[in-house]
Amino acid sequence: MTPPPIVVRVKQKRIAELVSSGKRLDGRGLTAYREIQVEVGVIERAEGSARVRLGKTEVMAGIKIETGQPFPDVPNQGVLTVNAELVPLASPTFEPGPPNENAVELARIVDRGIRESKAIELEKLCVEPGKKVFIVFIDVYVLNHDGNLIDASAMAALAALLNTKMFNYELEGGEIKIKPGYTPLPIRNHPIAVTFAKINDKLIVDPWLEEEQVMDARLTMTLDKDGKICAIQKGGYGYFTTQQIFEAAKIAREKTEELRKVLVKG
Amino acid sequence: MLNIPKRKTEKKRLNVLQKKPEKLIDKDDMRLDGRKLNELRPTKIEVGVLGNADGSAYIEQGKNKILAAVYGPKEVHPRHLARPDRAVLRCRYHMAPFSVDERKSPAPSRREVELSKVIREALEPSIFVEYYPRTSIDIFIEVLQADGGTRCAGITTASLALADAGIPMRDLVAACASGKVDGHLVLDLMDVEDKAGEADVPLALMPNLNAVTLLQMDGSLTIEEFEKAVNLALDGCKQLYTLQKEALKSKYVAVKEALDE
Repeated sequence: MTPPPIVVRVKQKRIAELVSSGKRLDGRGLTAYREIQVEVGVIERAEGSARVRLGKTEVMAGIKIETGQPFPDVPNQGVLTVNAELVPLASPTFEPGPPNENAVELARIVDRGIRESKAIELEKLCVEPGKKVFIVFIDVYVLNHDGNLIDASAMAALAALLNTKMFNYELEGGEIKIKPGYTPLPIRNHPIAVTFAKINDKLIVDPWLEEEQVMDARLTMTLDKDGKICAIQKGGYGYFTTQQIFEAAKIAREKTEELRKVLVKG
Repeated sequence: MLNIPKRKTEKKRLNVLQKKPEKLIDKDDMRLDGRKLNELRPTKIEVGVLGNADGSAYIEQGKNKILAAVYGPKEVHPRHLARPDRAVLRCRYHMAPFSVDERKSPAPSRREVELSKVIREALEPSIFVEYYPRTSIDIFIEVLQADGGTRCAGITTASLALADAGIPMRDLVAACASGKVDGHLVLDLMDVEDKAGEADVPLALMPNLNAVTLLQMDGSLTIEEFEKAVNLALDGCKQLYTLQKEALKSKYVAVKEALDE
């Protein structure tokens, strides 16, 4: 996170005062999300894709599936790889070039949620144990940055995974031969991330850009479909008290159930 | 002749890798290294160990061996990074290629990039950065040998290096992980427990301010288990805090003794 420019300090006071009285600049309640829109299957060439709008924040996720070698310690499991790009067209503060620490952190938070909740049934993605497995590439593409990229990216990744279809195949002498038809990627869990910002010692959910610029610290909790916590990440220059952390866990549980209804149909 | 001992060690190393312990905690709640569930690893901390650095510290926590050094406050390079109202804090967490079983490439991995960021954000709340505008404070953490919990041990050590450099601070930052292994909540996970366990919760604390400056988690915990794990980790941090203060004091005892002689 780039340090807040000095001019923001003026706004900081206004936002902090509002938050203390339980209000926000855009009229939301402290634990309310912005409007969420999810579109799936937006990229036909990808095995799965989704575009999520969280207020004005816009993130696309695409899934590509390739074959490759498994990790030696788990020879009969497929491989999951998450990458995130802060595309320069998404914000005047994003620059071209290899992923910086913010992009790496974003990708690793999304990765941890999916990996630790065991969302993808990776053991079903083995072609030949120790030799050939499927690699699921999740590429998160930030298209417009208006705050809370973490939750938007986690939503886009999950929506894209649920939309992913794999080609049918059979093995012929160790080679994969593609057969007609598709089957959905085996998904057994739905991790959902909820991000808090601490402003003036109060917790707010789903901070937008101006709130992010003035927040003291950030906390993301990812919960799975059973309401268990599978990943946490604190960020920002400030700190949390233990009471705030426990309060956040309880709010996160309510919020993930609410978001799950939007993202996971049926 | 050289080959014989080498092959021996190689074999031994592979054995260690292949042997997956069936049980990490026995029926008497004893862990593989003989610790109780809520016990820290034996920890040795030393302050002021490097000649060139403005501040430095070294920790041995179980098999972890970690060096931390601080340079600054000093002029910022490149200049455009300087902030007119505060010091810029920079941090590099790095693992030596020989610190783990399989050689690690010295190029920074994505894990190291992320850890450098979260460690910086764990230490920054403790520093009065506004006292040193237009300067930088650089923190370097080198993991010489890793055995789980290196980000936490790195924070514990780097905080002492900052204090050793004479940088004004609100409090020391002590860090420790807790987690779930074989269905039990345990303190200060070592590598095997981290890899085979069900969850890992690294946490950093400024004990006098009840301020949690780093919190991460991976694995699977119910909210109730998570609360217990946080409280366990807080306990660990407080124990390490005592060790930190002792280490800091003992440097000056040594200096005083040298002067008296």
